[in-house]
Order: sequence, then structure tokens, then C-alpha cells
Amino acid sequence: MAIGYYLAVSALLFSIGLVGVLLRRNAIVLFMCIELMLNSVNLTLASAARMWGGPDGQVFVFFVIVVAAAEVVVGLALIVNLYFRRGTLDVDVPQLLRW
Amino acid sequence: MILLAAEATGVANEVVEATSGVISLAWLIPLLPLLGFVAVLATTRTLGDGAARIALGASLATLLLSAAVSVGVIADAATYVRPMPTWIDVGGLTVTFDLLIDQLTAVMLLVVTGVGFLVHVYSVGYMHGDPRYSRFFAYLNLFLASMLILVLAQNLLVLFLGWELVGLSSYLLIGFWFEDRANATAAKKAFITNRVGDVAFMVAMFLAFAAVGTLDILGLVDNAGALSSGTAFALVVLFLGGAAAKSAQIPLYVWLPDAMAGPTPVSALIHAATMVTAGVYLLVRLSPVLVQSLSGMEVVAYIGVATALLAAIIAVRQDDIKKVLAYSTVSQLGFMVLAVGVGAFREGIFHLVTHAFFKGLLFLAAGSVMHGMANRTDIWQMGGLRKAMPVTFWTALVGWLAISGVPPFAGFFSKDQILTEAYFHGYGVVWALGLLAAILTAFYMSRWFFLVFLGAPRYQSDLHPHESPRSMTVPLIVLAVLSAVGGLLLNPVHSGPLYRFLEPTVGPIDQLGYEPVGPLEEPVLIPLAIVAAALGIVVAYLLYLRRPVQGARTSEPLTGPLAELAERRFFVDEAYEAAFVTAGGGLSRALVWFDTRVIDGLVNGVGTGSVLLGRAARGAQSGYVRRYVGVMVLGALVLLAVLIVQVV
Amino acid sequence: MGWITVTIVIPLVAALVLAFASELEDAGIRAIGLIGSVGALLASVVLAVQFDVADPNLQLAETFTWIPAVDANVSLAVDGVSLVLILLTTLLTPLILVASWSSITDRLRGYVAAFLALEAAVIGVFAATDLLLFYVFFEFTLVPMYLIIGIWGGAGRRYAAVKFFLYTLLGGLLMLVAILYLFSQAGTFSYEAIVALDLDPSVQRWLFGAFVVAFAVKVPLFPVHTWLPDAHTEAPTGGSVFLAGVLLKMGTFGLLRYALPIFPDATVTFAPWLLAVSVVGILYGAIVALMQSDIKKLIAYSSVSHMGFVVLGTFALNTTATAASVVQMVNHGLSTGALFLLIGFLYERRHTRRIADFGGLAKQVPVMAGLWLLVSLSSLALPGLNGFVGEFPILLGTFQVNRTAAVLAAFGAVLAALYLLWAYQRMFHGPLEGEANTSTTDLNRREIGVLAPLLVLIVAIGLYPKPLFDVVEPSVERVLVEVGVQELDVEPAAAVTREEG
Repeated sequence: MAIGYYLAVSALLFSIGLVGVLLRRNAIVLFMCIELMLNSVNLTLASAARMWGGPDGQVFVFFVIVVAAAEVVVGLALIVNLYFRRGTLDVDVPQLLRW
Repeated sequence: MILLAAEATGVANEVVEATSGVISLAWLIPLLPLLGFVAVLATTRTLGDGAARIALGASLATLLLSAAVSVGVIADAATYVRPMPTWIDVGGLTVTFDLLIDQLTAVMLLVVTGVGFLVHVYSVGYMHGDPRYSRFFAYLNLFLASMLILVLAQNLLVLFLGWELVGLSSYLLIGFWFEDRANATAAKKAFITNRVGDVAFMVAMFLAFAAVGTLDILGLVDNAGALSSGTAFALVVLFLGGAAAKSAQIPLYVWLPDAMAGPTPVSALIHAATMVTAGVYLLVRLSPVLVQSLSGMEVVAYIGVATALLAAIIAVRQDDIKKVLAYSTVSQLGFMVLAVGVGAFREGIFHLVTHAFFKGLLFLAAGSVMHGMANRTDIWQMGGLRKAMPVTFWTALVGWLAISGVPPFAGFFSKDQILTEAYFHGYGVVWALGLLAAILTAFYMSRWFFLVFLGAPRYQSDLHPHESPRSMTVPLIVLAVLSAVGGLLLNPVHSGPLYRFLEPTVGPIDQLGYEPVGPLEEPVLIPLAIVAAALGIVVAYLLYLRRPVQGARTSEPLTGPLAELAERRFFVDEAYEAAFVTAGGGLSRALVWFDTRVIDGLVNGVGTGSVLLGRAARGAQSGYVRRYVGVMVLGALVLLAVLIVQVV
Repeated sequence: MGWITVTIVIPLVAALVLAFASELEDAGIRAIGLIGSVGALLASVVLAVQFDVADPNLQLAETFTWIPAVDANVSLAVDGVSLVLILLTTLLTPLILVASWSSITDRLRGYVAAFLALEAAVIGVFAATDLLLFYVFFEFTLVPMYLIIGIWGGAGRRYAAVKFFLYTLLGGLLMLVAILYLFSQAGTFSYEAIVALDLDPSVQRWLFGAFVVAFAVKVPLFPVHTWLPDAHTEAPTGGSVFLAGVLLKMGTFGLLRYALPIFPDATVTFAPWLLAVSVVGILYGAIVALMQSDIKKLIAYSSVSHMGFVVLGTFALNTTATAASVVQMVNHGLSTGALFLLIGFLYERRHTRRIADFGGLAKQVPVMAGLWLLVSLSSLALPGLNGFVGEFPILLGTFQVNRTAAVLAAFGAVLAALYLLWAYQRMFHGPLEGEANTSTTDLNRREIGVLAPLLVLIVAIGLYPKPLFDVVEPSVERVLVEVGVQELDVEPAAAVTREEG
């Protein structure tokens, strides 16, 4: 089976995630979109591994999943904290990185 | 002093190291008053006015020691060098505190410590009741020590040490009553003007060192013959520059009249008898160098005579009892410098000695007058003090006759010998102008004397002039005796005792090829000088004594533009003020502006520039997370596009 | 561990103790400060005793491995020049600490610790014989000084501190580049190896330029001097004293120790230019000082003028002038240090630095007036006091090389008298008026005690400078031999004589 379908799905997923990151303001949704993008990449890696018949891609997928899990832990903790402090999940409100 | 008549041996001295005997104790001469200075300052809190006795004792001790050392030199004519520790030793420069004691030193030692001691005694009465009484004596001791260092130095740099320290003592004493701004300003002016001369002195030392490789006076004098004519000329002019500041010559004389702001004993000691003659001493001490450059000596002679004449003209129209004497001092110093310039070194020293007597006397007499007149200084508001202050009157009379050049008083001999020497050495103009200055001297001193002591009393009726206490009159009497007979005893004729005594210490003038101005001989020249003195006195008598004088300067008979100029001192102070104070201040302000605006402006400009750059760049830092992501995506897309283009 | 290390470590340890002892009372802080600084003073005296005056080379060397990969070592040694400057540093630090007892009340612990750290770093600068180590010490001095100005300074302290930091850091960076180039040539940071390098004259010029810029900023030489007036004015008394007394000397020391012997050809080529710049600085600093209304600023500009004399003497390149310029470094440290102390004492009483606010004080505070005059006279080079024995040989030596420069510089002496005596007159002479002036109190015993060592040295060096010259002269001659302008009668034995025992 051609790899193209898998890639197309993964590209679609990636784009949906990206657009979500760019357009949505809710931190949780933003986070979910990032997860979506990560998983699209995972899909690409897995399908590429299947195509080449090697383990490299799948190994990478595991790495990504682990990192993403860690990221969720830290990120959600930050978001919860932010919510307690600011009372909002809107990422445009706290401009803490501003000069 | 009579001992000076002892026979001098030969022209050149033998250089002897003084390791034993009284001469080897010469190092105590400056040290005693120096210790006195420290001791008085240290004990002034505990002993109060009593601390002044230490200073008095130190000045007496140093006088006695100086006398003993001088007797040693007189008895055994030689140039003694007393080895002392090293001061500076770096690279090729070696400077030791060695002392040089020869006939010239002996004369200076006696003058300095003699007048110095008398002024100490006088100050006991004059400064009585001053809140800083003992401090005054401390400063007098400091001055004495410095002046003695100057006189005893065997090295130019040590001489310069004394030279600067006398300047410091002068600064401290002029500004002794510093509560008055004018006094403080005068003190600073004296110091700064002298500093200008010091630059010339220092450059002279650099040049001398470059030429002969040492700053020892004996070394320089011994090698003087090897100097190139250009170097010799430069040296003479530069040393003259140094001397011009200390000895108040054109163009640096302006500080001396202002220096009269100090207490009168200071004016007598420092600004008449001793310190101001340091320049003359320096030039005579270096006379073996001077004789290497006839053209340099001509400069000295003309500066001297110009100063003598200018100051004499100014003195004619001064109304302050001390200012007249101050300009007179400038004028007399001009005579000494003139003497040096025309090759009459020993006559110059002779005049230095007699001037120390009679000008010291006149200043102390003026101080005595001020003491009895509640510190009034306007001579138009005096007159008729003869009765109230007999001792002051009689002693001042001697001083007046001495400075006017009336025989047989001291000033006659020394001034006359300078002028005849100028004539014999071919300086016709100098001689003529000097004679004119001598007439003026007799005139303004007579005016001063008549207005202060003779005629009808013109002072306010509530003033009750009284004679000064004995501590003040005794020094007056001593100086009056010296002014009366000093000239006669020391050097009544050319090549008298003093002249022969000093012979080994001055440079030879034989090879300079002096020719007399004209055929006149001493039998004509001497009466001419007496006539000059008489002329000045008679004119002053007609104008200020015979003619009734009102109690105000409006009755000044001398009027006209020249008199006005003289009264305003030829606007020299104003010109200096404009040139240095105003222009210098302007330059300084301009540079301050340059420093803060231009240089620092550049520095701050660099800083501001960085800030502006940062401000332009910081717009990107919006703090909107999604904007960052957007930019990131854009960047990724660009990279992707580049990749695609490259691959395709 | 040799005595150089001890001298550095004692104040360093004291500083560290202070840094961690947060519970300490003020008395304890002062005690530790004194122990540290006096300990360093004693150690440096031992160092001086061990020093062999006759030996021109770097002595009492100590080496500890630091970064073997680039052959950078903690190697320390002293010659006459560094010895006298170390002694100056260790003398001034305890005096500064005692002088600050009453004026610093806020965050005393940090203040004392900063000074001790600064002292250690400066001694390191003077003793380092490894270029990387030198650079580290040189730049490290910025940190405590930055804090001293920035925390305990006057109203404009932030601006002054930042200006001071950036100015000097910028100069230092150029030097770092030059040092790295030297490393690439020598393969080591060792001073002796780098001095022994035979560099191409055209290369030397660039590197020399980089070094000179770094040191010129520090001196400071006209026209890169404008950080100094601000830093001096805003720094607390102790900061000003240390800055004038010691930190400026790092620049002139650096010129003599590094710029001259490493780049002999460039030195000879550029010497006339540096003479010219020095003369301009001497006159410019003095003229600008004239019109200052702030007494600290006036003294700051006088420092520009006086340090110009030091650079003038250094680049006259003969023993007389160059040795005297080292002596003049010490003299300037003593005189200007004492002046800033006096200003500080007056400031504590009056909280103003404006000359116009004072007047007639000589009547009210005779002791302070007398000492002020004495120190001013020392600063304006009155013979018999220390300033003269430095200044005169500098000018004399310079005259043998460049007459114009010497004569022009001599006028600096006139100007010095003018601005110092004028300031003295305005502050201490004239009528005593105003409540503030009539209630000013005279110096107390502690303050006189702080000044006493400096005054004694001012007079002692003025009358008998021979010991100082004897220590300095052989080392200066060694440097001049490296430059190749002076023949030395004694062959330098080894580059560095190892410490015995």
C-alpha cells in the first residue's frame, strides 16, 4: 500500500493542530492541538518505519511519546497554576514575556 | 661684621670637605628653626602664647651658630662642602643635601639670621594679643629654616627646595589674617606668580642637567666654560625668569605689592630684606654661568633697570604707607638685578645687604607707625608724628637718608657703586636710567617721610599716636645703626673689604671686554649721584613740606596723565587680570563644556544609540504566545521553501 | 604556599566569611574587616622583608596549576614595581575600612566584603605572571567596585556605576583579544614566554594598541577619562580613595609590566604619541579642574592631570623618568587618597560637596585646614613633600628625550597650584559665615589616626625617597632593557628567581 495516504492523513492532522495553535486562545485547547501535531509526526514516523522496514522510526515514536508525556505533566501544571493566579485560561492575557 | 674686613686669600677658593669643626655643624643652622616650627605647632595648644619663646630661642640659636660658622669662613677662606645624606638618587640624577659654605654664604647667613632674629623680637610687641600669636612665630621659624636651606644648598634642587618653602612660608604669612578675603587672595597670587617663575627655574635645571649632567652648583659652575653659547644664553634667561618671580622683576613683580597684606614684620623680613633677594642671590651664585653669555647678561641688566624705573615711577603716587615701601622694594631689587646684569655681582650683593638693613628698618618703622595709629595706612592722614614717636622718627630718618643715597649712609655706597660700575662696563642707557630711578627714589622716599613724620598733624583727632614698646624700638635702633654705618664699614670704596671678601665666589668678568661709556671718572660720577639724591629730596621738600599740605590726597601736587598712570600702576594688574583670569577662565569653561558635551556626549551617544537600537528591536517581543508561534511557523515555511527550491 | 598567595588569600577568606555570616553584628563585621585587611598588610610586609632589592627580576614566584589544557597557571611573583603597589594597596584598605566606620551604616557586611574582595583582586593584578590570570583579576576588580559605587554611592550612582563598568570592560575586551592572539603564538599564557616572543613589528602595533586602550581607560588617559569624574563623585569615600589610590595604578602598572616589554618595537614607535597624549591630558585635566564647583570632581580631574605625569614618565623610556613615574604612582595614591579621605570627613559633617557651600573654615577647623593644606601642597608637588620627588625626575628625564613635552608638562605644576590653592582659599579662607560653617566640627582622633600614616609617608617620601627608588629602579631598568632602550650593567640572571626554601 502506498505510503502517501498515511502521509496525507498525518499532514492533515498536523495542519489542524497548527491552525488550532495559531487561532485558539484557550490554553487547554492549545495544548491539545500541540498534542495533535506531535501525534501526526508520530504517525509519519511509524509509517516511514513500516516503509523502510527498520526499527528506527518506531524507536523515535517512543521517544516522542515519552517526551510528550513529560511535557503534558509540566505544561498542565503550569496551566493549572496560571489559572489559579490569573483566573483565566486565555493565553493572550498574561504577557509575562513582554519586555 | 667688622670681621669681614679680614684679608681674603687669592681669587679662587679651595674646596674643602667640612667634616669637623664648627663649619661641619652648619646643618644645624636650618634644622634649628625647622625644629622650632614643629615644636611651636605641637605645643601651641598646651603652652599657648608661651610657645612663641621656642621660636624666639631657635632664631637666636641659629643666629649665633651662623655667626660662628661665618667666623670660621672668614678666618679660613675656602669653599666648604659639608657632606649630607642623599635626597634623590634615580637613574643619572643624584641630589644630596650637601651644604655649600663660602664667603657668599656667610654674608647671606648673617643677613638672614640677623634680620630674622630682629624681626622675631619686633614681632613680640607687634603681634601681641593676636589670637594666633604663637602660630605666627612658627611660620617665621619655617621661613627662616627655608631661607637658610636656600642659602646653604650645594645643589640647585635643594636650593629649589628652599626656594619653594620660602614661597610657602610667604603664602602662609601673607594670608595670616585669612579671614579677610583680600589677604587670602594676595597670598594665593604670590604663590601662583612664583610658580610661574618656578617653571622657568625648573626648565633651567633640566637644561643644566642635560648640558653638564649634574645639578650640583659646584659641578655646574666648574663646567660653565664648556657650555655652548646658546645653552648659556638660555640658562641665563631661564634663571632670570625664576629670579624675576622671587625677586619681583618685570613681568612677574605684581605679587609683591599685594603681599603687603601680611603683617608688617613679614613685609620687613620676607618681602624686603631676605626672601625677595633670593633671586639676586641665585644669579650671583650662578655668576660663573652668567659670564658665559654676555647677551644673556644684557637681558638681565635691562630687565633690572626697567623694573627699577617702573616701580620708582609707581611709588611716586602711592598713598599707602606700606605700598610706597613695596614699590620701592621692587625698584631696589631692580637695582640689584641691574647690578648682576652689568657684571657688578659683588656690588649687587652689597646693595642686597644694605637694602636689608634700611628697607627692613623702614618697614619696621612703618609697622611701628601703624601700631601707634590703630593700623591706619594712608600717609595723607598722618603727619607730624615726630613728636609722638621719637624713636620711630629718628630711626626712620636714618632709613630715609640711607635709601635716598645720602652719604655716608649705607644706601649711598651700594647704589652709587652699582651705577658707576654700570658706567664703567659700558651700559650708558642703564646708567642714565638708573640715575633717573635714583632721583625718583630720593623723591618718593622724601615724600613718604615728610608726609608721615613732618609737617602738621593731619590724623583724626581721636587718634592718639604713641611710641611702640621696647621690643619694637630696639630692633629699629639696631637696624638704624647698621643702616647708618653699614656701608661705610663694609665697602666704602670700590674694592673695599666686602668686595675683596666675595671675590672668590663670583664669576670672572675680565674676559667680557667691558669698555667704559665715556671719559668720566669716579670723582665726577660720585658727586653726580649725590646731586641726584639732593635733587629728589629738594623737590619733595618744595612740594610736600614747604607748601602746606591738606589732610587729603586731593592736595597731591603731582597731576597729569603720567601721574595718573603711576597711581593706577600702569594698569598692569588689570591687564594681567584680563589676560589670565578672564581669558584663562574662559578657556577653562570652554574645556569644561567640551568635556561634558563633546567627549562625554560621544560616550553617552554610544549608550543612547544602543538603547535606541534595542527599543527598535524590542517590538518583536510582544508577549503574545501565539504571535511567537506564528513567526515560528513563518520561519519554518521559509526554510521549507528554501529547501524545496534547492532540491528542485 | 608563599607569602604572595597568603597576601591574596587572607582578605579573600575574610570576604567569604563575611559573605556567609549573615547573622553578624556591625562590630563583628568591622572586626573581621580589620583582621582581613591588617592581616594582608602584615603579610605584604613579610613579603617586602623577603624581597631582594638588588635583584631586578620577578621574585618569590609561586605556581599552581590552573587550566593545564591551555597551559594557564596561577603563577604569582613580584618585582619592585609590583611590591610597592601591593604595599600601597594593603596600606590603604584598612585605612578605608576604618574611615568608613561612621559613614557606612547600610549593608555594612556587603561593603566590607566588597572591599576585601577588591583588595584581593588588585593584589592579584599586581602579582600575576600569567596573562590569563592577570586578565581575570583585572576584570574581576570591576565587580566589587561596581557594587561599591552602585550601592553605597551618591545620588547619581547608577549612571556612574554603569559608566564605570562599561567603559573599562570595553577596554578590557580589546586586551582579551590581544591576549588570545599572544596565546596562539606562544602556546601558553606564561608572562616570561610571551615577553620572550619575537613578534613582527606590524603585528605588535595592533596588539600594543589593544593593550594601551585597555590601560588608558583605566589610567585614565585623555580622551577616555570621562568615567572618572562621575565615578569619583558618586562613589562613597572609601570607593573614591581606593579608585584613586589603587585602581588607576592598574592602568599605568599594566603599561609598564605588559605593554612595554611585550611590544618593544611598537613602544618605541608610539612613545612620542603617548608623550603627546600625556601632555594634553596633564594640561587639559588641570584646566578643566579649575572651573569645577564640586570638590570631588575637581580632585577627579586633577587625577587625570597627575596620572598624565605618570604616563609621561613611563613613555620617556629612561630610568630617571620611568622609575620616578612608578614612585609617582605611589605618591598619587597617598596624596589623592588622603585628599579624598578629607573630603569624605567633611562630607560626613556637611553632606555637600559644593565648594561654594564652605568658607572660612580654617578658623573653625584648624586641624582639618592644616592637614588639607599639607595634602594639597603634596599634590601640587611642593619640594620636601612626596609629589615633587616623583614629578621632578619625571620632567627631568622627559626633558632629555623630548624638550617640548617636558616644558609644557611643567606648566601643569602651575595649574595644579592654581586649582588646589583656589579651592583651598574658597573653602577655608575668608570670613567664617553661616550656621553650617560655624557648627562644623574638627577632625576627631579616629580620623586623624586614619590620615596619620598617609601624612607620615607624604613627608617621609618627600624628604627621603631613596628607599622607594632603590626598590623600584632595578625592576624599571629590567623593563627598559626588555624594550631595548637601556643598557643594563648587570646581566639578568634568570627570567624568574624561584623562591628559596
